[in-house]
Amino acid sequence: MSDQVEEIQPGDSIVPGKPVTVNRYGPLARLNHWVTATSLILLALSGLALFWPGLFFLTNLFGGGQNTRAFHPWIGVLLFVSFFVFFFQLWRANLPAKVDIVWLSRIRDFLAGHEDRLPELGKYNAGQKFIFWAMTGLILVLIATGIVIWDQYFGGYFSIPLRRVAVLAHSVAAVLIICVFILHVYAAIWTRGTLRAMTRGSVTGGWAWRHHRKWLRQLAGRPGTQRPGPAE
Amino acid sequence: MSGSNTAGMVDSPRTAVSNPPVQPVAAHFGEADLCRRSATRDLPAPQRQLTPVAKLIDVSKCIGCKACQSACIEWNDTHPEMEHNVGQYTNPHDLTAEMYTLMRFTEWVNPETDNLEWLIRKDGCMHCDDPGCLKACPAPGAIVQYTNGIVDFIHENCIGCGYCIKGCPFNIPRISRADHRAYKCTLCSDRVAVGQGPACAKSCPTQAIVFGTKEDMKRHAAERVADLKSRGFANAGLYDPAGVGGTHVMYVLHHNDRPGIYADLPENPRISPLVQTWKGMTKYVGLAAMGLMAVGSVIHGVFAKPNRVSEEEERHAEDLVEGRPVPPPPPGQP
Repeated sequence: MSDQVEEIQPGDSIVPGKPVTVNRYGPLARLNHWVTATSLILLALSGLALFWPGLFFLTNLFGGGQNTRAFHPWIGVLLFVSFFVFFFQLWRANLPAKVDIVWLSRIRDFLAGHEDRLPELGKYNAGQKFIFWAMTGLILVLIATGIVIWDQYFGGYFSIPLRRVAVLAHSVAAVLIICVFILHVYAAIWTRGTLRAMTRGSVTGGWAWRHHRKWLRQLAGRPGTQRPGPAE
Repeated sequence: MSGSNTAGMVDSPRTAVSNPPVQPVAAHFGEADLCRRSATRDLPAPQRQLTPVAKLIDVSKCIGCKACQSACIEWNDTHPEMEHNVGQYTNPHDLTAEMYTLMRFTEWVNPETDNLEWLIRKDGCMHCDDPGCLKACPAPGAIVQYTNGIVDFIHENCIGCGYCIKGCPFNIPRISRADHRAYKCTLCSDRVAVGQGPACAKSCPTQAIVFGTKEDMKRHAAERVADLKSRGFANAGLYDPAGVGGTHVMYVLHHNDRPGIYADLPENPRISPLVQTWKGMTKYVGLAAMGLMAVGSVIHGVFAKPNRVSEEEERHAEDLVEGRPVPPPPPGQP
């Protein structure tokens, strides 16, 4: 844990005006996010269909049980690739910092809307970092266990006892990632002004001031706030 | 071999020995006789109880001729791949989606007598009373169990996920690479339904395989066990493992104290606790957790104040960008 966490990432920049907007995610990062999100939703729907008999009807969305069984692992591969392309853009800014402990210990203030009582934060708060690392860990567990139970291509490579462990771990990890997903979506809705970061790519200056003031100050402190070159 | 009619149970003609009648016979059990159906909660209770049936395989009478394998291939119209001779009698090398039963040959030296014993076990679905495959199956109606004990795969409902393989304590189901559906011995449910015994039993030249009511088969087994004991096989016994509720395919083993010597026949088969947890607690706790997260979010969204950016904060941001004075970071801020 250090204070050497990168607060600013390539492409982050302030666009002066009324109101001020701050570019947070470029078009490729957003595309990357939505490919990941779409695959996660499709995986949840097809996975739940095979997890809970009452939800088996969801297989109709994929063209029946056989297709659901065939598509689900491939969507998993897409999610894995897409997420890890995204991961390598974000991980430095998501490294844990000392300030995250302070933030977590006073999370009640955050939930009560008193962010002014909390230390100023860089690009991500501890909650966002938790989502990031939880997704990372769970996706690794899911792809690893998913391959073990991918009967069509890997049926002969793993022992049945190992496949039983994998199928249990896969379902537990899937439940957890769906919970993390719900938390992620709800946090983005509850924190007004967040969704536009993933649609238009920018947030308002006030949003950045309120939630990620250290990030904003660092961006504002840089010469040429309009279009920083990648070399900076 | 006509069975005794237990009170309240529906008996049916069954035999593996006599020849079938030439006139058409209506199937005497069907969908109304299901006592279990995979991934189905509201299965109507069956209106009658069929007499439980069983196949008894007496390994001490088996001569390893593989007539049962041939009969199985012929009746089920499967086409097992032609394989290579690798120096042992077991052929094909394993059960496949085209080979529902397999004679497994084991050369075993009895440590007590120092005699080489050639153990031959006809492997295949055991038709567990508590079938792990059915428990694991996610596709409604892909695996069913009739009240006579037969566990059957209904292939048009099968999605080819391979969960049955994880559920089975005997490593029996195989997924076809051609149509991605699971296959295994059906106990010739189609033959039994019209009063015939399974094809393997029909073809067995020594009647090492016999078929009838489970009760009759147990009685017959008791005679066989007594006979084996009188011949020096002190540990002869019936393999009808209680861990899976008993099976509708049973073995008479001359060494029932160590089933493992018969090509790894499990000593105490049961549905793996991992499968039980996966299909039990994980399902309920998991659904509750996801439901609580979703409902909690909605409740919070409705009742809690949203985290909204104020006008003042927008002004501070503008001031910061325009270079006007803004509130400084709090002291001690890293």
